[in-house]
Amino acid sequence: MINFYNVFKIYSNGAKGLNDVSLTIHKGEFVFLVGPSGAGKTSLIKIIFREELPTRGQVLFNGKNIARLRGREIPYLRRKIGMVFQDFRLLPQKTVFENVSFALEVTGASSREIRSRVPAVLERVGLPEKAGVLPSQLSGGEQQRVCIARAIANSPAVLIADEPTGNLDPDTAWELMKLLGEINNSGTTVIMATHAREIVDSMKKRVVALSEGRIARDEECGVYCHEL
Amino acid sequence: MTKNAGYTAMSFNTMVYYWREALQSIARNSWLSAASVGTVAVSLLIVGFFALLVINANEFTRDIESGLEIRVILKDGQSRGSLDKIRSEIEKQPGVSMVEFISRDQALEEMRRSLKNRSDVLEGLQNDNPLPDAYRVRAARADQIPGLAENIEGLEGVDQVIYGGGLVEKLVSATLWLRWAGAGILVLLCLAAVFLISTTIRMSVFARRREIGIMVLLGATNWFVRFPYLLEGMILGFLGASLAAGAVYLGYVTLVGYIDRFLPFIHPVSDRTTIFAVLGGMLGAGLFIGSLGSVFSIRKFLKI
Repeated sequence: MINFYNVFKIYSNGAKGLNDVSLTIHKGEFVFLVGPSGAGKTSLIKIIFREELPTRGQVLFNGKNIARLRGREIPYLRRKIGMVFQDFRLLPQKTVFENVSFALEVTGASSREIRSRVPAVLERVGLPEKAGVLPSQLSGGEQQRVCIARAIANSPAVLIADEPTGNLDPDTAWELMKLLGEINNSGTTVIMATHAREIVDSMKKRVVALSEGRIARDEECGVYCHEL
Repeated sequence: MTKNAGYTAMSFNTMVYYWREALQSIARNSWLSAASVGTVAVSLLIVGFFALLVINANEFTRDIESGLEIRVILKDGQSRGSLDKIRSEIEKQPGVSMVEFISRDQALEEMRRSLKNRSDVLEGLQNDNPLPDAYRVRAARADQIPGLAENIEGLEGVDQVIYGGGLVEKLVSATLWLRWAGAGILVLLCLAAVFLISTTIRMSVFARRREIGIMVLLGATNWFVRFPYLLEGMILGFLGASLAAGAVYLGYVTLVGYIDRFLPFIHPVSDRTTIFAVLGGMLGAGLFIGSLGSVFSIRKFLKI
């Protein structure tokens, strides 16, 4: 469903984000992107999300060339991709319900759809009773769940999580991984960039290791790092 | 993905969302919003009064123009035939709207009437009338009179041509000047209003930059992101225009009332169609100024 063919990303200051990356991610896969900071994880994610264009090479999403999308088609690509961030990016003045319904409002959903869909996804992430609460009144783990609820509200084909456990304590991180695993089991492709070694090692999922913009390793049932 | 790309059916919920966002922004930047509404109101107030002033000035000059005439003094002792020849020559001139013969007896009678009870000074002139025969000529437009007078003066059998001289030219150039100065002031004021609205919208965009980032992330179309700001500008422009239109209406009606009472010989334009056309134009201009201000900010600060 996502194909990279010899993709280069060179920034205007000469920095190399991606250096000849070829990669195929299939529907329903769970993929860890690992590697040190600056290895190109973020560049890869930004290109999938069409926030940046590849300098060279082809990127296909569901068989469509991302670089050839017209400006007004980009939002419709993004609706197929749910994004989760380390810093949550919730709107502080909106309640949990409103934060999630925002994702639906933005796509022009009717209020009936919103009323039935938001409680369903809050149920799914295990926060049905927090609907009327502001994000500031939630723990980090709960905030990240809201963020995931918002990301899956539009039933995206792919969920991309950029270090979702970066701000969470280990126990909370594990619960979040369980949630991501469940979402993956229901058919959603999950791509997760992370530095969390234990999580990667014990999940036994596909691991794509990036180093200096190249793919250093791509293994099924991989681990974070071989050297240790 | 492409089936309905670029097109989102505007659901009722979306409409509600646009209005809520726009009104919230106005409330959040209430001072700046009030300032933009005020600028639009003041600009359009002046615009409105100026429009009415120009309309009245036009009406006034047209009144005067229709009253302006050239008096063509004819040489004495001409035959009927040569008088008719002069008449047809005058009628051939471009811009002539009316030619009327005033015989020397008629002229004396008119003079007697205008002098009223002092008409005894004309006693005894009946048999020795010093006044000449004349043609009274009217032009379609005041600015044609000087040229017309010159042409007529050159005709055979014409003794002298008398007309309002410099007054006509002064009147015409004064109204012209009024219109140009008005247009200049208008443009400057409208630019100020556009600038202030675009500043207000920029503040709104800035206050919501996080939200905008998240909207883009969630797959909002560009128009979905922009529309609340466009709406905000239009609301501000319309509010300002409404205030100005109300003030212009009340002010003008009061003024016309006073003029009718104290200066009954001046007839200001007071038919409702004209006044409402001016007010409607002001509301339209307010909407236009508001959208223009938003579009500037949106283009500059919402490059998505």
